[in-house]
Amino acid sequence: MDNPVNSGNDLISIENLTFSRGERKIFDDISLTIQRGKITAIMGPSGTGKTTLLKLIGGQLYPEQGIITVDGSHVHQLKRNDLYTLRKRMGMLFQSGALLTDLTVFENVAYPLKEHTSLSKSMIRTLVLMKLQAVGLRGAKDLMPNELSGGMARRVALARAIALDPMMIMYDEPFTGQDPISLGTLVKLIKNLNDTLKLTSIVVSHDVEETISIADYIYVLSEGKVVGEGTPEQIQNLDSEWVQQFMKGHPDGPVHFHYPAADYNNDLFEY
Amino acid sequence: MTQFFQKLGNTTLSSFAKLGRSSFFLLQTLSAISSVLIRPRLLNNQLYSVGVLSFLIITISGLFVGMVLGLQGFYILSDFGAEETLGVMVAASLVRELGPVVSALLFAGRAGSALTAEIGLMKATEQLSGMEMMAIDPIKRIIAPRFLAGLLAMPLLAALFSSIGVLGGHIVGVGMLGVDEGAYWSQMQSTLDFQDDIINGVIKSIVFGFVISWIALFEGYDAIPTSEGVSRATTRTVVNSAFTILGLDFILTALMFGDI
Repeated sequence: MDNPVNSGNDLISIENLTFSRGERKIFDDISLTIQRGKITAIMGPSGTGKTTLLKLIGGQLYPEQGIITVDGSHVHQLKRNDLYTLRKRMGMLFQSGALLTDLTVFENVAYPLKEHTSLSKSMIRTLVLMKLQAVGLRGAKDLMPNELSGGMARRVALARAIALDPMMIMYDEPFTGQDPISLGTLVKLIKNLNDTLKLTSIVVSHDVEETISIADYIYVLSEGKVVGEGTPEQIQNLDSEWVQQFMKGHPDGPVHFHYPAADYNNDLFEY
Repeated sequence: MTQFFQKLGNTTLSSFAKLGRSSFFLLQTLSAISSVLIRPRLLNNQLYSVGVLSFLIITISGLFVGMVLGLQGFYILSDFGAEETLGVMVAASLVRELGPVVSALLFAGRAGSALTAEIGLMKATEQLSGMEMMAIDPIKRIIAPRFLAGLLAMPLLAALFSSIGVLGGHIVGVGMLGVDEGAYWSQMQSTLDFQDDIINGVIKSIVFGFVISWIALFEGYDAIPTSEGVSRATTRTVVNSAFTILGLDFILTALMFGDI
């Protein structure tokens, strides 16, 4: 199989990662790589630890085993200051947007610039307006986060994520719960930003159609393992019943419709 | 039986783990305080929300507590013909005990619960996580300013409570029950000691401000990020603060005034 990942152009590499929450193994010895300049999608059903993976990459969680390297640095061996320096180059879009609720849209986008740069007020204003223009919300700059729709909040969060011109952006379920118009907007934005800003994007999602339409490479996770990987075409033609069920949304298959239970007849009549 | 010991062991372990986490949290917060001093604007905003917004509840409560003290004190003291010393009784009760303790209990209910809910919700809505990913330390930007504001606001509010209380006692004692005004003030002036009474009261209120801010912020930061988790954390803040205030008050009083 032609695997573009092995071309030596990796921004992130994850080797033999194991991570558990309590008794449950979220990741069981998985390895994957994210290529520079591409949109890589991590897919899988809810509860497979996709968000956890992003937090591990961002150094917010520590793995039990394994090495995560981002742009040549071993994330979990970095000192706090170095980790923070690395994070300035990583944008992250949270599912909820994670906007600071006591600041306006403008102030939210300006926040990382004010904290990390010594740019003049007018320069910050220009930059913020440019970022907001890029996500189409320059006109909403004076609104408070509670006045925004879910899709708008995500776009503001996206403007904030690109405020420091990062090398990469991690998207945590960017498509969940969006109406068709904001869905289309987000899909287009992720693709455009990736191409025009020469970013590397990691999209964690279980929305098959939208993700396939923009991803360059896809990993499918299930029960702590990578169960399929490849370009969207390869994934769609992959000879794995599980992956096929997931990608096509069949209600029954390797993942059963019924939660494991005792025999139905027995349950009904032998009481 | 085994189950009982298992449960006991688990509870003990988890309380020690929590004690460890909260101590570590306190250390982080204390070491971040210098960063607040560089940005006084952060502190200003918090002083407003924990201090200025608690103004009304402290003033009104102080007034009524002082009035009740004036009334009760008058009835008891007049039995001994000592109603002239009402001012001393009202002022000493307030600056030594009721001022710091009652205002701390009110502060825990008004500002402490608000802090826990705010931090807990910021955690639940991933705002704290989001700041970390923007390479901004939430302990420095969110926790430390609130901690310092609580520490500074508490002694001021306690002083306000006591002052208004003394006025309340005056309204009832002098205004309604006919205690001599000159005696009310002069007895107070000659009997109350700056070091023993006022300073000790201020020390108490600083200690209370410290523990309330610590408990409130830690409970929010450590809350399970769901609506139930935040609501439980808020309750714990008020309950634990109340216990800690009353327990510490006994210890501090014993150390300051007693011979225990």
